[in-house]
Amino acid sequence: MAGLKIRAAILSVLFLAVFLGAWQLATAPPGATERELTEYEIMMGLGAGSGAGMPAPTEVFGLAWEELSRPFHDSGPNDKGIGLQLMYSVGRVLAGFALAVVVAVPIGFVIGMSPVLNNALNPYIQILKPISPLAWMPLALFTIKDAATSAIFVIFICSIWPMLVNTAFGVASVKRDWLNVARTLELSSLRTALFVILPAAAPTILTGMRISIGISWLVIVAAEMLVGGTGIGYYVWNEWNNLDIAAVIFAIIMIGVVGMLLDAALAQAGRFLRYQE
Amino acid sequence: MSLHFIEVENLARTFPQPGRQPPLTVFEHVNFTIEKGEFICVIGHSGCGKSTILNILAGLDAASEGAFVMDGKEVSGPSRDRGVIFQNHSLLPWLSALGNVSFAVRARWPEWSRRQVREHSLSYLKMVGLAGAEHKKPSELSGGMRQRVGIARAFAIEPKLLLMDEPFGALDALTRGVIQDELLEIWGRTHQTVFMITHDVDEAILLADRVMLMTNGPDARIAESVVIDIPRPRDRSAIHQHPEYYTIRNHLVDFLITRSKSLQGRVGGPGQQPRSVNPVRGTGVPDPGGTPRVVGGTG
Repeated sequence: MAGLKIRAAILSVLFLAVFLGAWQLATAPPGATERELTEYEIMMGLGAGSGAGMPAPTEVFGLAWEELSRPFHDSGPNDKGIGLQLMYSVGRVLAGFALAVVVAVPIGFVIGMSPVLNNALNPYIQILKPISPLAWMPLALFTIKDAATSAIFVIFICSIWPMLVNTAFGVASVKRDWLNVARTLELSSLRTALFVILPAAAPTILTGMRISIGISWLVIVAAEMLVGGTGIGYYVWNEWNNLDIAAVIFAIIMIGVVGMLLDAALAQAGRFLRYQE
Repeated sequence: MSLHFIEVENLARTFPQPGRQPPLTVFEHVNFTIEKGEFICVIGHSGCGKSTILNILAGLDAASEGAFVMDGKEVSGPSRDRGVIFQNHSLLPWLSALGNVSFAVRARWPEWSRRQVREHSLSYLKMVGLAGAEHKKPSELSGGMRQRVGIARAFAIEPKLLLMDEPFGALDALTRGVIQDELLEIWGRTHQTVFMITHDVDEAILLADRVMLMTNGPDARIAESVVIDIPRPRDRSAIHQHPEYYTIRNHLVDFLITRSKSLQGRVGGPGQQPRSVNPVRGTGVPDPGGTPRVVGGTG
């Protein structure tokens, strides 16, 4: 199996090299002098002005190095470090996500335990679930009147549904045998919920959380483009307004990396809660 | 008046049928008594409702008619004074073997200290031969070991009545034999009152003081209560050499093959106890020649 892993790793690196090589070749300027000029212009923030188009990977890496060497600098609203911007975004996602956990897990629990409530609420959940979270934005801005809080609300509203549905499903499909064990031991409803149903449904609930945090991270970028001020979404939009395509590409890569880390963190948590029958 | 430890009177269970069909009576007129410390096995074909009877005794199902009196008190709903060993072990898969047993022990004696719970649980795990495997999860244990944890869990809460629903049905023959021996040994020490359902005639003879035989369902009844008076302690490897073994065995097998069907819906009645049979002494044995004698034409 180790051989398989090594071969896969070699192939991975090879793909990357081919991709970067192709990118470099495609964006390479015809002349060496012009290339130097382009770099100079990028340093001055005028790069795209020359009509050079897409930046080469070397430019993106140069910018990445520069940005990552001082990730938390703050020189006014238009020049904040990438680390700082990501922290704003992750903070909003975690706030909205935590709120959604607090609301969705208990409600999902009740829905899962009561088939009547499940059937009664199901039509509303089915209608609310497919609504793009950004559609809530005007309503949020109108009622909350605060842009930052509105962004958190949008995260909350988009991450609540997968958790609600998964919690209800996990709770409803707890094995009858396990509930019978609790009944023959005369456990109270609360103890049954905490010590039998919750651990039995935990892996399903966590799957819902993982879906939710993935969607939240997708949505926060768009939400921050609308709301502005801070965050990685705002950073992307701001750099687009500056026509700094290298910075946009760099931000895109960082969004991917952070999203992967968020997902990995929840996957790791899931490993603790998973059980094998 | 009630001098028996357990009295079951006129138990019946009907299930509503779809549409305008009359409700289906799985069993009715089920009357029996159990003394303290008795080991009772119930044998019957699938669909005679023996598992339903067990679930009613466990409080997991409600009878349509009749009463279940234990220790002079009518019982309804589940309770910790009745332990259940389920067919498919039903251990909680996220808890270790020790966790599963102490989960039940803690529920039984909430006032106990952590150490007391642990020591009590460990002693029962040791009794079923699982010392050293107490930290393993059910998924890491073999089928036989899982069922042993289930047995330890049920015995550990020291119930007044232990209910077992085909506890060894899912095990291979070799493992089953070993665990039967262990169960016999534990029972010899604790003299727990046991009500056990089985498909296995040999298992019933090995374990039981009395075997209750059920006719086929629907409208199943308990037709006979067969006394197994092979002396204890019994040894699985030698029991079939006992002179009375095949007399009893033939009687039971004969019932399952012919009388369970021919007596369907024709024995027993309100308040009527099953016919007590001792095949060795020849008391209560139906007419030879296989013709079923209808008992209880009073109703």
